Amino acid sequence: MKKLINNPSIVVEEAMLGMARAHPHLLRAYFDPNYIVRADAPRPGKVGVLSGGGSGHEPMHGGFVGAGMLDAACPGRIFTSPTPDQIEAASHAIHGGAGILFIVKNYTGDILNFDIAAELCQASGIDVATLLIHDDVAVQDSLYTAGRRGVGVTVFAEKICGAAAEAGAPLERVAAIGRKVGQQGRSMGMALTSCIVPAVGRPTFVLQEDEMEIGVGIHGEPGRERVALQTADEITDILVATIFDDLPFRRGSRVIAMVNGMGGTPLIELYIIFRRLARLCDDRNITISRNLIGNYVTSLEMAGCSITLLEADDELLHLWDAPVHTAALHW
Amino acid sequence: MTSDTTLNIDTAILTDWINRYANQISDNKAYLTELDAEIGDADHGINMQHGFEAVQQRLPGFAGEPLSVFFKNIGMTLLSKVGGASGPLYGTLFLRMGMASAGKSTLTPIEFAEALAVGVEGIRQRGSARPGDKTMVDALTPAVLALHHALEHGATLCAALQAAAAAGEAGMKATISMQAYKGRASYLGPRSIGHQDPGATSAYLLIKSAAETFCPAEQATR
Repeated sequence: MKKLINNPSIVVEEAMLGMARAHPHLLRAYFDPNYIVRADAPRPGKVGVLSGGGSGHEPMHGGFVGAGMLDAACPGRIFTSPTPDQIEAASHAIHGGAGILFIVKNYTGDILNFDIAAELCQASGIDVATLLIHDDVAVQDSLYTAGRRGVGVTVFAEKICGAAAEAGAPLERVAAIGRKVGQQGRSMGMALTSCIVPAVGRPTFVLQEDEMEIGVGIHGEPGRERVALQTADEITDILVATIFDDLPFRRGSRVIAMVNGMGGTPLIELYIIFRRLARLCDDRNITISRNLIGNYVTSLEMAGCSITLLEADDELLHLWDAPVHTAALHW
Repeated sequence: MTSDTTLNIDTAILTDWINRYANQISDNKAYLTELDAEIGDADHGINMQHGFEAVQQRLPGFAGEPLSVFFKNIGMTLLSKVGGASGPLYGTLFLRMGMASAGKSTLTPIEFAEALAVGVEGIRQRGSARPGDKTMVDALTPAVLALHHALEHGATLCAALQAAAAAGEAGMKATISMQAYKGRASYLGPRSIGHQDPGATSAYLLIKSAAETFCPAEQATR
């Protein structure tokens, strides 16, 4: 294992300290329990938007804390959900009297910990709504699995719900907008190489030089299939076809598109993927109204990418365009 | 009355049990993590060790408390230190054992078996897992049934816990041929078949460490 770390057991805390020093005008970091809140929290009368999950997906979620997006992020250890005490403490720190929306990615651990935290918050008089993100089309959505994993759409939900909350929408409205984002967005990813969890020290899985994993999860979970490596265009075709098979975006519809790097893929390659994605959308008469290209939902140093498409109407585009001031997104 | 009722289960012996389990988790950290790497996200051993290390540090302070407080303290420590699915699930086990032990400072073997069964039911509810879903429930459910059955038929606590451990081990091994319907492994569908469930493995160790703790203690009371 070659990593720029000091000690595997304090990776998350040292990174949080670095973030707090880098962005004091945006956020504050608290420890034991660990959480990050926007610098001006709590905002009286505003719905609080809180997310969290395992660390190792940076900039998600801490990099999205700030005006117009998240009020708080609860980072768990690498690839491990945060614990209820973190979520409860962060909720109290951001509670402005209008309730809190938990944005939770669909993983068993995240759901259980956020469920317990919601019970604790409700017991102390804080109104909580939970938005579950499950957009990964690589996974069968059925009664016989834990359901689809939450991946790229999380970024869109955090931005759009954050904008709605900033504009003064009440909790039920912010949650409803979030559900719309969830219904209209889909993602699919792939990996060229594995990630290495610092506390483990070895690759989570092994791909040969001529192999790739299609449908990989953001924790190095195996995907749909392991196949021979193909060109960027062929890979894009596979990812996009799976998304279109699942949610056939209507001809003439507008989308927000994200080409996301898994952490170890250079931007130059992501633009090659976006070039093909734009072509495929053109062919279907789908307009990419906004785009994000870069590393937003990563899996440590994994090489690979994911594509997320969100069908966006005027309301969602308006909220997407609203000002945002965070470490990772700002306009 | 059978001879096993002479063993009063108090916080001293329960502390021994949890310490032994914490050591076994530490010894098996790499193994549990490897099992998890095959069908999950390669963190089960790390998370469990992290949580039980914290429990171990705090255990001396829990000794002598009423059992409801003793178990609750363990449960809350796991809830705040483990993360993942294991924290809420193991945390719930001990929180429910505490509720089942309300007002008591010692448990008889049958009361211990009942408290454990209440804890396992808590895990089932929290995770909404059924037997056969390839989870820790598959080791724990046969274990608590075997424990109850043996005690009701006059077995000593030692013999009953050995039967429970054997049933738990069989349940753990049975997860190898199961397809996962809960947790991260369920995403693999049929690809989850052929791998032993890491949660069932750590759950089996909990029962095994109970047998290993209570058997010598029972011998000593004779």
